[in-house]
Amino acid sequence: MPYNTPLDMKVLARIWEISGRMLLVWGVLALISCPACSRPEDSSKPPERPAESGPPCYGDTLITGSIGEPSNLIPILASDSPSHEVAGLIYNGLVKYDKDLKLVGDLAESFEVSKSGLVITFHLRKNVTWHDGQPFTAADVLFTYKTMVDPHTPTAYAEDFLQVERAEATDPYTFRVTYKKPFAPALASWGISILPRHLLEGRDIMKSPLARHPVGTGPFIFKEWKAGEKVVLTYNPDYFEGRPYIDRYIYRIIPDSATMFMELKAGGIDNMGLTPLQYARQTEYRKFKENFNKYRYPAFAYTYLGFNLEDERFKDRRVRQAVSYAIDRGEIIEGVLLGLGQEATGPYKPGTWAYNPNVKQYPYDPVKARKILQEVGWRDADGDGILDKDGIPFRFTIITNQGNDIRARTAEIIQRRLKEVGIEVKIRIIEWAAFIKEFIEKKTFEATILGWTITQDPDIYDVWHSSKTKPGELNFVSYRNTEVDALLEKGRRTFNQEERRKTYWRIQEILAEEVPYVFLYVPDALPVVQARFKGIEPAAAGITYNLIKWYVPKAEQRHNKLKADS
Amino acid sequence: MATYILKRLFLMIPIFLGITVISFAVLHLAPGAPTEMQTMMQPKVSLEARARLNAIYGLDKPLHIQYFDWLKRLVRFDFGRSFSSDNRPVQEKIMERLPITLFVNILSLVLILVVAIPIGVLSAVHRYSLFDKATTLFVFVGFATPTFWLALLLMLVFGVYLDWLPISGLKSLNYEYLGLWGKVVDLGKHLILPVLLSAFGGLAGLSRYMRSNMLEVIRQDYILTARAKGLAERVVIYKHALRNALLPVVTVLGLSIPGLIGGSVIFESIFAIPGMGQLFYGAVMARDYPVVMGELVIGAVLTLIGNLVADISYALVDPRIRVR
Repeated sequence: MPYNTPLDMKVLARIWEISGRMLLVWGVLALISCPACSRPEDSSKPPERPAESGPPCYGDTLITGSIGEPSNLIPILASDSPSHEVAGLIYNGLVKYDKDLKLVGDLAESFEVSKSGLVITFHLRKNVTWHDGQPFTAADVLFTYKTMVDPHTPTAYAEDFLQVERAEATDPYTFRVTYKKPFAPALASWGISILPRHLLEGRDIMKSPLARHPVGTGPFIFKEWKAGEKVVLTYNPDYFEGRPYIDRYIYRIIPDSATMFMELKAGGIDNMGLTPLQYARQTEYRKFKENFNKYRYPAFAYTYLGFNLEDERFKDRRVRQAVSYAIDRGEIIEGVLLGLGQEATGPYKPGTWAYNPNVKQYPYDPVKARKILQEVGWRDADGDGILDKDGIPFRFTIITNQGNDIRARTAEIIQRRLKEVGIEVKIRIIEWAAFIKEFIEKKTFEATILGWTITQDPDIYDVWHSSKTKPGELNFVSYRNTEVDALLEKGRRTFNQEERRKTYWRIQEILAEEVPYVFLYVPDALPVVQARFKGIEPAAAGITYNLIKWYVPKAEQRHNKLKADS
Repeated sequence: MATYILKRLFLMIPIFLGITVISFAVLHLAPGAPTEMQTMMQPKVSLEARARLNAIYGLDKPLHIQYFDWLKRLVRFDFGRSFSSDNRPVQEKIMERLPITLFVNILSLVLILVVAIPIGVLSAVHRYSLFDKATTLFVFVGFATPTFWLALLLMLVFGVYLDWLPISGLKSLNYEYLGLWGKVVDLGKHLILPVLLSAFGGLAGLSRYMRSNMLEVIRQDYILTARAKGLAERVVIYKHALRNALLPVVTVLGLSIPGLIGGSVIFESIFAIPGMGQLFYGAVMARDYPVVMGELVIGAVLTLIGNLVADISYALVDPRIRVR
């Protein structure tokens, strides 16, 4: 499912990933949250053009820098985060996550889930129009669904929609889907961008001009796309939540992150994501602080050390626990993230409803680590400082992907700490494609440092269920636990949040006890925005959820001469 | 002469085919297919979805069939459609970027010639002088300095601290609203740093080559004769020696095309210039086979043409080459 990627996730992606290819991974794992939408209950038109003195007011241009270029602005066909980021401002889904990460209606005014959990009925907003003036109706939704499940559509995200038994538009403003079995992530899956039927039906979607010139229902209207240079959007005067205050949104493509940082300082862009180094050391001077506002909140992502559980040594849970005790997470956060992150205890973001704060913790304790290893039979018999068992020394290799210094440095810190308890670690850094194809998919690794993005829906079936261990699937550590399997299946079938919470809390307890991954840290997202932009209210969803409410006071507007013919 | 050119043209066909076979093979040997780059490590993407994408792009066929399919299209000048999700024709993607790359490269080539040839000649004429030593040092510093590092340094000085020059891109945001003269000035300002930088690294090769050619020529008997005739030193150097020393430079220019295209990958990424190099880098990273092959074909054709032109012009000016 193409989750729309809000600005701040991309920002994070930039921090961790140097090259565009990794953005793919982050992008799709990222959350639904239409970056441009404000609270739905606040659908009243914004005040008429306010008095010249008082904010908020219309005008000016927001220029965002991006390392990658969008590939296709029909979002169901794209798997990269720049495409979803830009498309997220042009299209809407039926539902979206609000600033508190609650699922609320977007193009749907309201929705009901039947008691059985099998039927979802969406009541659509009336008087919504496409950017070309055509009315939006349930037929568009039905068309989008049919396109998703059409085997000729080259989309990677058909899976959630193949669970649907029947989809129907019962009247122009009611859309109903029936599922074969209860499927909790179903509701969130309707956050996909709804496509205009009248422009796509009966045509080859792969050759549609909409890929380069999209027409949506969202707060911004597509204006132009200069390949390799920029994408320009202008405000939608008829947006159903009220027109955005900002007149234009320019998405500038700057492939080099150091160049982008200089463009920021020189005023060429207004917003980007900072690296921990830039945040802590390179932006702490007065002039920068006067000109920019820095934001900081936990990102929707975590980094972990994963063991290959088919390796004899790591099959023993106690060995994994010992490794976990031997690693000092605080030191990694201080040293690598410059303190801009927090310890991870499981696969969820601290503070969200699915996150269980009371799981078993592994504070740094090398003595305990050594003791456990000794109990399992790992002793330093030959006195060379490295533990051995049956004459075989405890040596293993941690692999991670190239182009990510933060992971490489994390590996070095772990290497040193494990050496202290008598385990010799080698580090190998491998180009991304080879890393995945030759090591992860073939399961020829011993341990790896990688990261996952945390999705809004807590369903983590793909990563932890024992049926997902085939080559190319995501449970590449080969974790198999029948209780976790059963809980994951139950979690997918449960709609009640309280019930689901219990299910996922239990899963976290088991994962903390069994340590298939050593959960390392949740980094902070570090976006920076030019100080003339007001109305930014950081919330659980980040900062860009209310982009349409951002504004620039008249006196500070910079790019108004550009506006002339927009 | 005509037979010579014809022979050279025919020879280019097997060379060209060989280039495409090797490029195609190496590209497909690299781990990761385009569909895998798009789908790996992503939840919600099933193995079936991946297989479906493979079938849509024809990646499930044996490699030699894929190659011949590609070749068949190429004969009709059809480079196919990009495997990235925009699915645009490769020609279109390359053609909108090719002029930019050629433009920047020609500018920097001109700059290299204008600077390197005088440096080479002067340091040969005043061999071991202070000028010779200083320029030698200068061009080798240029050769050895990592482009990306120097680029960032210059951006910081001229873009951020002094605010004289724009940092990246080719046009300002208000470009469309400028008059003709404004547009030229804007473009020029954007081009200063990238052109300077790509030329800086290329000075060493050509100027050293020019210097050694010149030294070689100066030792020849006809130069001695010219001097013996009592010609002014100026005439000896710039008329008799320089002309002859310039000849081999023609060949070097033909050979420098692949290097320039390779260099574009780096400076176009640093300066956010929407040219072919940037496209190439992205395509390689995403394993976008048709785009990568398309760029390699264009690069190969440009190189072959460069060589041909160099050889022909050489043959024109130096009859010894023509006869075997």
